Amino acid sequence: MMSEAGGRLSTLRAALVVMRRDFTAILFSRSFIFFLLGPMLLVLTVAMAATVASHSEPGPDRTLIGIAMPGRDTEAMLAAQRVLAAQAGADLPDFTVVRRLKPGEDFDAAAALRRPGATYAAILSGSAAHPVLTGAKAGIDGWRGAISLIAAQASGEGIRSFPAVRLQASATPRAALHSGRTDTAKAGQTTLFFLTMMLAGMVLSNLVEEKGNKIIEVLAAAIPLEALFLGKLFAMLAMSLVAICLWGAAGEAIYLAAGKGLPMLAAPAVGWPMFIALGALYFSMAYLLLGSVFLAIGSMAATVRDVQTLSMPVTMLQLVLFFFASYAMTRPGSMVELAAVIIPFSSPFAMLARAAVSASLWPHVLALAWQALAVLVCVRLGSALFRQRVMKSGPASGRRRQGARGKALA
Amino acid sequence: MKIEPGEWRVAANADGSGQARPLAIEARDLVKRFDGTIAVDGVNLSVPEGTIYGILGPNGAGKTTTLRMLLGIIDPDSGLRRVLGHERPHDIAHLIGYLPEERGLYPAMKASEAIAFLGALRGLPLAEGRRRGRALLEEHGLGPVADRQIRQLSKGMAQQVQLLGTLVHAPRLVIFDEPFSGLDALNQGKLERLMRRLADQGTTVIFSTHVIAHAERLCDEVAIIAGGKVPFAGPVDVARDRIPAQVQLETRAADGRWRAALPADARHALKAAGNSYWQFALPEGGIEPLLRALIEGDAGILSLSIERAGLHDAFVAIAGEAAAQALQQGNGEEGR
Repeated sequence: MMSEAGGRLSTLRAALVVMRRDFTAILFSRSFIFFLLGPMLLVLTVAMAATVASHSEPGPDRTLIGIAMPGRDTEAMLAAQRVLAAQAGADLPDFTVVRRLKPGEDFDAAAALRRPGATYAAILSGSAAHPVLTGAKAGIDGWRGAISLIAAQASGEGIRSFPAVRLQASATPRAALHSGRTDTAKAGQTTLFFLTMMLAGMVLSNLVEEKGNKIIEVLAAAIPLEALFLGKLFAMLAMSLVAICLWGAAGEAIYLAAGKGLPMLAAPAVGWPMFIALGALYFSMAYLLLGSVFLAIGSMAATVRDVQTLSMPVTMLQLVLFFFASYAMTRPGSMVELAAVIIPFSSPFAMLARAAVSASLWPHVLALAWQALAVLVCVRLGSALFRQRVMKSGPASGRRRQGARGKALA
Repeated sequence: MKIEPGEWRVAANADGSGQARPLAIEARDLVKRFDGTIAVDGVNLSVPEGTIYGILGPNGAGKTTTLRMLLGIIDPDSGLRRVLGHERPHDIAHLIGYLPEERGLYPAMKASEAIAFLGALRGLPLAEGRRRGRALLEEHGLGPVADRQIRQLSKGMAQQVQLLGTLVHAPRLVIFDEPFSGLDALNQGKLERLMRRLADQGTTVIFSTHVIAHAERLCDEVAIIAGGKVPFAGPVDVARDRIPAQVQLETRAADGRWRAALPADARHALKAAGNSYWQFALPEGGIEPLLRALIEGDAGILSLSIERAGLHDAFVAIAGEAAAQALQQGNGEEGR
């Protein structure tokens, strides 16, 4: 006779057994390949659309450059820009007057760019004969020719010679920086939302499939249902992280292949490495929160139709919270943003957006601790509900069965 | 109510020898309700170790719910349970094997992997589970399908794989819920032999069934369950003894002094050549006074047989006609 098994499995070890089975089963299944391909096709389509857009007609957004020159030079430059813009159109930047300088007055262009509310990408100072362009290096290099052309037109003698434009590199202007980081925050939030919804939905269909396979009773008899719940949740989290790595690698490959054809996102305030690390952490929190709710729903559902009916309100609620977090991003420091950070289901989205626009890290430590607490509560409540509902059986089902048999006999 | 440590540890032996045996399962007043409906209503069970124990009842009687409570899949609303001396069955999950009524395995898993996985759930290291799985498959003539996916196997083969997965960790207690359901006669016979072998090795085997013949052939003890209650639990012989043996007598004489020894409700019929046929329950005094009265009264005995009651008759007497009919209905469906 064979000797007995090693001994009782702890909840954690039992969860690991389930996790290992689910993880390998999903990873090496054909459906996982299709699952991976879906978002990759989406990424490819978006990338192609962006590439096409970047090579097509320029949009209505024009670069705005502030002028801070003596009065006569200012008027001459504005007039020259109007004349040339009528012919060259959107290839020339727009001008806005920052200050008409008095003779001998000094002007700190770099400080003006950093000023709150500054909406211009660069500042043109000096004079029409000796223009000085101050701004982020990447931008001012590209505008050098246009400014020289406008300055030549402003000399009033027709375009005979082109004044040299002196470039003065400064930090990225506040307006451009804020706008770029807001775009990064939006992109981060949207990516996080879609990943969470898609992957948390997968855990739900996995559970329903398992109930259909009747294996759930074997599992429930051998290990605590909490272990089953945790094993399933973390297997899908591990699988999600693998999928995200693959999608990330594919995205990087597309980016490298397309080169400058793709639009660039501004670097987030915390820097890309920290932003990506925080993104992974916030994804894990958002996924675990939603996944535990979905698993609890799955325990109550018997069919795919039940799942759709039961999960719809949660999906809608999550959508509302996502929009709430997006709205909160536009109200930094307000009560709305605080509420979005405190509500556990919107907190990961709100905090990821914050990581894009604000460099301080300590709020993330607090938020992650708070979200981890919410995850614990959700997992406990979810697994309790799961335990209560997943193996529900009794005379009602027996009566149904007998009723069906009676009809069959009749 | 608290179970005292020594109170439930042993039970009188079924063979009446008075020798005490440790109990594999002890349940007292187990109650389970679902949405206000009572599924199990005060079930008491005492299953001695090393026996084959049957839980007998029609569909919907509460057999599966009782087993699920004993396994810790669901908790009772009230009452107490102790499995191999533990009140929390999951604490000794590595000592238990369970084959549910609704069989299920992961369709994409290979047969040997499925067995190893079921062992891993019970604490058996995966590598050891794989080794044992292959050995078990070979032993049961399924060696060639060890590397085939479950979805590629016939239903019967998949059931056998699951059965082997139930036993791979060498449990001390095996619980089968309707194990014969869906098996052909050949495999039913194989399963019966396997259950006997397990019991011979000291493993306690508990199974639920609505087929009395299996219980009658296999069980040392049975619990009859109907409407969520257990009106009888004990040795099969004790259940049978609830019904007196039936006497069938054929006599040359139709009447005489000997008639006084027959019960008043004895059924009488005339047979060919004018012989009389009598059928009645064996009187309380037993066969000897009856025989004496028949001989001394010149009954002219042509034949006499005493037939002990079967488990089915006992079931009817204990659980009632309605439960017996429900059981029959279940058997009929099984046959179809």
